[in-house]
Amino acid sequence: MSAQPIPAQSSVPPLNDYASIVGKPQIDELWMLAGALANCSAKMVNSTAVGGGVAEILNRVVPLFKEVGLAMQWDVITGGEAFFSVTKAFHNALHGMAYEDRPEWFDVFLATNEENRRRMKFDEDFVVIHDPQPLPLVAAREGKQNHWVWRCHIDLSRPNERVWNFLQPFVEKYDGTLVSSTAFTHPLSIPQFLIAPTIDPLADKNRDLEPEYVQSVLDRFGIDRKRPIITQVSRFDRLKDPLGVIQAYKLVKRYRDCQLVLAGGGATDDPEGSVVFAEVQEAAKGDNDIFLLNLPPWSYLEINALQRASTIVVQKSLREGFGLTVTEALWKRRPVVASGVGGILRQVLHKVTGMLVHSVEGCAYQIRYLLSNPSFAKRLGEAGHDHVKENFLITHTLRNYLVLFLLLKRGVNPS
Amino acid sequence: MKQAEKPFQFVDAFYLVVVGLQSAHTLREFARELNEVSPYCIFCHTYHALATHHYTSYSSDFAQWVMAGCNEGELAEQLGAIDVRQFVELKDLRAALVREVDEYLTAYPTAADRPAFEPFYFAETREVVQPVDRRAFNLVELAEGMREMSLHSLHYHFVNSRLRLHLRTNDFSNWIENELGFPELALQIKRVDFYTNTLPEVRAEILDCITPWIGR
Repeated sequence: MSAQPIPAQSSVPPLNDYASIVGKPQIDELWMLAGALANCSAKMVNSTAVGGGVAEILNRVVPLFKEVGLAMQWDVITGGEAFFSVTKAFHNALHGMAYEDRPEWFDVFLATNEENRRRMKFDEDFVVIHDPQPLPLVAAREGKQNHWVWRCHIDLSRPNERVWNFLQPFVEKYDGTLVSSTAFTHPLSIPQFLIAPTIDPLADKNRDLEPEYVQSVLDRFGIDRKRPIITQVSRFDRLKDPLGVIQAYKLVKRYRDCQLVLAGGGATDDPEGSVVFAEVQEAAKGDNDIFLLNLPPWSYLEINALQRASTIVVQKSLREGFGLTVTEALWKRRPVVASGVGGILRQVLHKVTGMLVHSVEGCAYQIRYLLSNPSFAKRLGEAGHDHVKENFLITHTLRNYLVLFLLLKRGVNPS
Repeated sequence: MKQAEKPFQFVDAFYLVVVGLQSAHTLREFARELNEVSPYCIFCHTYHALATHHYTSYSSDFAQWVMAGCNEGELAEQLGAIDVRQFVELKDLRAALVREVDEYLTAYPTAADRPAFEPFYFAETREVVQPVDRRAFNLVELAEGMREMSLHSLHYHFVNSRLRLHLRTNDFSNWIENELGFPELALQIKRVDFYTNTLPEVRAEILDCITPWIGR
């Protein structure tokens, strides 16, 4: 079994092209930082090359690391259906959802990681392991002098204790962890760095689009631009609460004419997607104003168009490490209604960059409020765009990793 | 144009925030931790926060939490009004913060143990400083460097400088006064308000101060 191949990436523009968005000084400092890491190498490891936010970020940021001179490698672990069922169960459990305790799962988890460890090489100066799936690969650092960091994209604020207690000893073998929110931290013997995930403003998913193209996407799916469009873009995953979104939409529909778009797809490390999609289909049955779009993972332009055409973007997650789709919507100046959970609290500042909600009813009410107050909705969208520009663009990811690598090289104690 | 013997050396500074330290669920816990956390923590929630808060009511994380997490508006305003420009040592800034909280809890003891809506998570900063290949010998070169410097560099030279210099000034004013002999310009720059402006606005205001002096 060889490492999973990384699919051809849509091209990432040269780093200097980002100066038109963030300013030349911010780009100059990235070159300068990278210069201080000349001849260094690094590796990113995660569990899927396609689908989901982590793969999306790595697809965009790895070429930029290479461009600034860092020898950056991206590897994806492999595993069978049993392994990914276990890691999905762990994922849900770490998010605090129900967990069926099956001790043999730990064996499956460790065995697959051991197979990957034997196959992969970790000779780089810096190794960044993303999320719990490849966490035990840290065993490979034994006898090496390189630096290892665990990047956790999950909302760890209320993890299932059994799963967390199993994973924590692996976490403590790293030099540090990266988390998206202060609320996700735990008492650990290693530093926990606060770093937010980001989006690429020049990627197909986020770049400006011609209005004609946006219209053509709506036409293709039969969505009426003249009527309000409420959209949630997410994998079909229970934690994204697509059924809750449909309930909220139905409450809104009592007062306002509108359409609902649920657009998403699957990821190779998420075996539950098709089951959840079937549940959503059932809930939407009979309503021609609900558009369920199960899109392939390369539908970046379509997602971009749907977000731009939306009157309101919703992210009604029950748990959320960090909602990249929230950042995408904010970047497009869309008014956002999102659950006040996890990393979303850093993205949506209530009544400033969007509206935070805590229930189906709250979600429905805020959608109605924004539909009734378009000028306020517009102000939220403008502030949201600025908030993303200051904090959540890919250039920030590049900078934060470069600073992290320098800190690790020089010692992370306070200077 | 006046030339300095000793040039202004630009540097770039970068920060990462380390979390997972203590947390406070009430004002009493907050007061206790405020006394005990590291100076890097005090720096993180005051100086460093100044570079990041543009949308919240206060530029200090402490004040923001006291308002949003504890709904204690008076204390939030008092903490928010503590001006880091008045301090050249973090221990003095900490003492001022602790004094405000203690006095408030003495006046309003029932506020001490009321559970906050959300905990306050103490954090620290880790700093990486890199000298930049740029120096200024006169105001033209200083303005040019300032236009091209990153906002982190501006924050380092203009806000954090007090802790390095142990003076109630910033790197630009200090250099302009001591190396170019323009105390009036130094004072004008010192007065630029980094509390009520974003860093790009601060940069623009400083450049506005410098422009009329170019050529003197």
